[in-house]
Parts: sequence; C-alpha cells; structure tokens
Amino acid sequence: MASSVEPARNSVSGALLSSADVARVVDRMAHQLIERAAASDPGSPDGGLSSLVLVGIPTRGAPLARRLAARIEAFSGTKVDVGTADITLYRDDLRLRGVRALEPTVLPDGGIDDRLVVIVDDVLFSGRSVRAALDALRDLGRPRGVQLAVLVDRGHRELPIRADFVGKNVPTSRNQQVKVRLAEIDGTDEVLVTEGEPVSGQGREHRSEERARSGASRGSEGGTQ
Amino acid sequence: MKRHLLESADLDRADATLVLDTAAQIDQALAGREVKKLPTLRGRTVVNLFYEDSTRTRISFELAAKRLSADVINFSAKGSSVSKGESLKDTALTLEAMGSDAIVVRHSASGAPHRLANWVRGSVVNAGDGTHEHPTQALLDAYTIRRRLGRLEGVRVAIVGDVLHSRVARSNVGLLHTLGADVTVVAPPTLLPVGVGSWPVEVSYDLDAVLPKADVVMMLRVQAERMNASYFPSAREYSRRYGLDARRMALLDDDAIVMHPGPMNRGMEIAAEVADSARSTIVEQVGNGVSVRMAVLYLLLGGNEPA
Repeated sequence: MASSVEPARNSVSGALLSSADVARVVDRMAHQLIERAAASDPGSPDGGLSSLVLVGIPTRGAPLARRLAARIEAFSGTKVDVGTADITLYRDDLRLRGVRALEPTVLPDGGIDDRLVVIVDDVLFSGRSVRAALDALRDLGRPRGVQLAVLVDRGHRELPIRADFVGKNVPTSRNQQVKVRLAEIDGTDEVLVTEGEPVSGQGREHRSEERARSGASRGSEGGTQ
Repeated sequence: MKRHLLESADLDRADATLVLDTAAQIDQALAGREVKKLPTLRGRTVVNLFYEDSTRTRISFELAAKRLSADVINFSAKGSSVSKGESLKDTALTLEAMGSDAIVVRHSASGAPHRLANWVRGSVVNAGDGTHEHPTQALLDAYTIRRRLGRLEGVRVAIVGDVLHSRVARSNVGLLHTLGADVTVVAPPTLLPVGVGSWPVEVSYDLDAVLPKADVVMMLRVQAERMNASYFPSAREYSRRYGLDARRMALLDDDAIVMHPGPMNRGMEIAAEVADSARSTIVEQVGNGVSVRMAVLYLLLGGNEPA
C-alpha cells in the first residue's frame, strides 16, 4: 500500500473517532453553527437560529442533523428546524450503481424559502452527493443561503465544493473506505478507516472509487468488507 | 426487478413492496412542491405505444415519465402506419431504431407485450393487453389500499363484476395474493373464466353475502365492447344483482372502501351516489397512478445503460 500521511491510523479497522470523539465533534460543530448563524443575521434576537434549517442527507446525514439540532437547542435554548432530503433521484451515478430504495424527504412546514439551509452529511468525498443535494434544494424552494456541514472530510473532491463546517479532516487514499457508524442506525457511534479490497483490471480507478464512496455514504453496505 | 413488467407474476413480494415504498417516497417528496419534476431519467426516451383507446393510463404514463424528465413519444395506432398494415414487430423495431429506452404498450391482443419484449432491447411495460393483464393498475390499486387501510396483509378484497374480460381483475388477483390479501371474486357464472378454480381466490355469486365481510370492494367495468354474446339477460338485471348501490353500500364495514379502475358505467355496475361517496377512492386511484408509474419507470430504467 502507498504510504499515507498517518499510516498507523489508516491500517485495517483503524478507528478514527470513538464514540466520545463523535460526541465532542458534534458539540463543536453545534457551537460553530450557532456562531455562524449569528454572524449571518446580526442584530436578530435569537442569533439567527430561527431562520436556520438543518437538512440531513439520508442515510446518516439525517440522524446527524437531528443531533446537531438537539445540541444547538441545548447550548442556545432555541429550537432549530430539521429536515431530510433524499437525493437518490438527483444522483448522476444511478447508471453506474443501479437503482435503490428511496428514503424519506421531509421539510419543515414553512418550507425552506428565505431560510438559511445547512446541508448535513456524514462524509464529504467526491462532492457529487452535495451537488445532487444542491440540485434537490433548487427544486424544493429558494433558500437565502446554503451551507454544508460534514462529520468527516476525506478529500478527493471531483467538483468545486467545500464544506463550511467540518468535524474532522482525514487524509485518505482513494482505495480506503471511511465508515461512519451512528447509534441511531448502526447501534454504536464510531468512524473507521479501512483499506478497500484491492481491485485490478480495467476501470480500476472508477470502480474502487465507487465502492469506496458507497462505503462512505452507506456504511452498512461496506460493513462486511 | 426484472427488465420488463409484463404481468403481476413478474413481481415477487419484495419487488412489489419496493415499488409501493418507492411510490410512497416519491409522493411524499413531491407533495406541496412548486417544481413537481425530478431529473432522474433525463435523456431517456419512453414511447407510449397504444393500440387501444385510453384516457387515464396513457396520460398517467406520460405524466409519470415527464415528471422524471424523460422524453415521451405518444404513439396511437390511429393515424400511424399501422393503418397501412405495418406489423407490431416492425413498428417496435422502428421505434427502437430511433432510440427508445422503454416501450409502454397497450394492445387489444393478450400477450402482445410478451412478444414485444422478445424483439426489443429496452424495457417493456404492459399497460393492458386484451383480457390478460394490466400490472400497473394492480400496483396502484394495492398502493391505494395500503394508503387507506395501512396494510395489505390479511385485507379482504371483493372483486366484483366482469371478471371474464377484466385484465384489471387478473392482475389484481395475482398481485394481491402475492402481497398477502384475501381475494373473493363475485360475478355471474357467465362472467367468470373457465379456469377460475385454479386462481388463489374464493368464488361467490352472491354480492350481498360477501359485502359485510369485505374491507375493499373493487367494482369492475362491464366491458360491453368485448362482449360478442349475451352474458346476462339485461343491463337492468345485472345492475340489480351485481351493481353497487346505496343500499348495498350500507352493508359494508365502516372503514371499507370502494374502488373502480375506471372508466365507470354509472348506474350499471356502480351507482352515482356510491361513486361520489366518501368511501370511494376512484379519484385517488388516478392520482396514485402517476406516483406508482413513476416508481415503476424509475426502478426499471434508472439503473440501466441507455439503449
């Protein structure tokens, strides 16, 4: 394997964040969201939080958004709207990966018009999920602004997309998988980095990337590898 | 999912449930939106190949494909080269040569979509073939039942009327059985097919006896255009014995619903006051049809390479 920045951490079944780490990172991101909301709407009595909507991308972005909202409420006393937006029907890789079951799309009652929307996802990789989410938001309404919060940024962007709030930056190789596990879905909180299975032959680059991405965004699928 | 949807037997329980779940998610995602359009099938072409008249099915498929951003070509046999004697096969190959990814076909001959599926590379969706099957109607009926009653397992469904000529009845019997519902068909003996004994259903000739035990009553249209013999003495007698009127509706359970695939013969198999009552899901079925057909097109075409 090619040597990477932190070889010890990137070995097989290396734990990147423990359960306690995840809780700390979520707390920090909640504080950052509060700060940024206040900066975006100076003079507002509730620090701009009433215009905030956290929109999670299923599967794991959705519980993450709910957690962030709960922490923001705990720290600031203000309730923040939460939604989920399934982006499957907006993906550009359905032909490569095949169709899959859809997840719910739920938005706050007032919609997202003129709100400050923060897209929440577990792992930022190629940026294609975020592009799909931006397309979906365009059809769902006209927010005042859109920001991006991710638990893990693992690099290898293929599109000009950058996160506004990052829980943890992790240098990875394309062959590696980043798996986020959350208690709501997987029974436990942790973030793992594992080596992807070696691939050979034509289309190597593409397939390993697809596999890695599916492992990143849908940890349960890559769970046995 | 298989590549084609030709009959309800193409769907096992997992596939059928996937279609219904997908339709529910699409419904929910599009509810209350200004832009009721998804980019999923951008650049794909869906041909509606209709050899038989249709209002709701053709429009429903057209709308479903357009909401998924596919290009839609509507072909009706009237006004095409079919009147010059072009065969189904040649027509289909012509359409495919122009780059169609899916063909939605309605034909008066039972089995025409099966033949078509052997000739083309794209997906074929049966939108009604003769007296054989109409699987997307069964899916939207199942979806409507599940939405209204919250379940399908163990739901008691009475399918009433012209079962002999009804592709809707055949598809519904198959799909509802797959999904765990208990089906009873009710019809005069002349309007039951010879092989009904081998269907996974109960058979009754007495509507009044069945109604109190039904959660769902599905009325079928009397298909006069397919009847070349007299199957019952008079329309009035049929209506008296097998039509659903207000008196019969009162026999139903409080939560029971009344369905009809349309088009209705008001006053024949269903009375106007029943069709317009709160139990009736007839208009809802039409709306659900679009979501269910979107789900079918997404699941059949979404993951394929373009043809």
